Amino acid sequence: MSHFSPTAAVNYFFNYFLMKGVLVTIGLTVAAVIGGLILGMGIALMRMSSNPVLSGFSRFYIWFFRGTPLLIQLVVIYSGLPQLGIKFSVITCALVGLILNEAAYLAEIVRAGFMAVSAGQREAAWALSLSPWTTFRRVTLPQAFRLMIPPLGNSINSLLKATSLASVISVEELMRRSDMLMQEHFQILEVYAAATAYYLILTSVWDAVQRRLEKHFGRSSAAKSRRVAARAPVAQTSVEVRA
Amino acid sequence: MSEMSMNTASGAEGAMAQPQLREVPAVRMEAVYKHYGDFTALNEVDLKVAKGEKIVVCGPSGSGKSTLIRCINHIEKHDEGLIYVNGVELDRQRKNIDAVRRDTGMVFQSFNLFPHMTVLENCILAPMTVSSMSQAEAKDLAMHFLTKVRIPDQAEKFPGQLSGGQQQRVAIARALCMRPKIMLFDEPTSALDPEMVKEVLETMKKLAEEGMTMLCVTHEMGFAREVADRIVFMNEGKVVEQAAPEEFFKNPKSERARTFLDQIIH
Repeated sequence: MSHFSPTAAVNYFFNYFLMKGVLVTIGLTVAAVIGGLILGMGIALMRMSSNPVLSGFSRFYIWFFRGTPLLIQLVVIYSGLPQLGIKFSVITCALVGLILNEAAYLAEIVRAGFMAVSAGQREAAWALSLSPWTTFRRVTLPQAFRLMIPPLGNSINSLLKATSLASVISVEELMRRSDMLMQEHFQILEVYAAATAYYLILTSVWDAVQRRLEKHFGRSSAAKSRRVAARAPVAQTSVEVRA
Repeated sequence: MSEMSMNTASGAEGAMAQPQLREVPAVRMEAVYKHYGDFTALNEVDLKVAKGEKIVVCGPSGSGKSTLIRCINHIEKHDEGLIYVNGVELDRQRKNIDAVRRDTGMVFQSFNLFPHMTVLENCILAPMTVSSMSQAEAKDLAMHFLTKVRIPDQAEKFPGQLSGGQQQRVAIARALCMRPKIMLFDEPTSALDPEMVKEVLETMKKLAEEGMTMLCVTHEMGFAREVADRIVFMNEGKVVEQAAPEEFFKNPKSERARTFLDQIIH
């Protein structure tokens, strides 16, 4: 077999078995983003807390999960924990690993977003006697979220590809199913060409979504006050012309 | 202490200050201290402000003037001493802090408008969420005050599309939408381009003429002369002297006030 068969690659692309793997990859990514955001928000709030126990725990959490490979985390959860009598289904193991890992990265993004909102915004909210909840939901969160979108986009892009590591613990997502097809037919390039195409499509779709989000949440960005812009360098993705 | 009128948001239009005898002062501070680490920002400050009175607080930078007015609505927490606002003590109780903040409006040096909301949204947020006003009602109220600061036509714009002077006038309107009894101004014109200072000062003068109780930290001595009932001069965290403007500008009693005036009046 000394040639590359485009027809075979196209056939793999439309292979039903492989498509189901794509759905698992999408599912893992979406669930890990949602879970990771919720947990990451909690970790970020703890990190910003003045309570030394909470912020210490959060620091440790971030240090630990960002400092060890996701692959090891997954393997430990899948093969290591049963040794202690803790057993999850394969999918649960993958989700737990991905969420715990993603939360550590997202926590730092969330924290950076909140810290970039100037203290004056909170003071203005207090002066208007807004409740802490209203201040969070209507004043700080929307501004922080806008600043979070670019780094969040990067992180989700990485996560999408990192789900392929779940193949190692036998989750039948895109990568694993490609391996299975490859071992069956030995058309290595053709199978992985199809898988590569899928990953590219998924990341491109996400890019488009991210651009739309940035546009939506940046609806006042052309009008952003210079002061806020100067204090939040993280958010400056483009040069803006003042109207 | 009996006439603590705390029915806040519903205060009627002209209910600003009708000075009466023996009424509860708008602000009363007794031996207030505030420390930042080793630095003493407020050093045994006593201050009484009557309802309807206009006070200009001035002094060199770092003298504690901003800290002083930021303690009045508890944006800074004083460490020692007593602060009463319209008879409500600013202790650490949430309900008292909320009551005081509903009675006071604040205008900041850097405007602090919410950049992700339009001018109108900035103005209606607090009336709708704090005073549970309907959107229609809140919008009417906001347009009323935006008209008063002479920018009703900018209501749908975002703050960043406005000039500094316009932004500061929006900030004033936003504060007024909560119908405060006392307005605190923290160097409201210091961040403005020179040609925009006047429009903001005019707005403040108008407010003063309507009888609003005002405390302004400002270096605008022309404004102080014209509007203030009393000048409070601070240095190193202490109130060094208090006097009517003509008295203060003509014969400052302290050496420090004299050198300060020499520096800023050219």
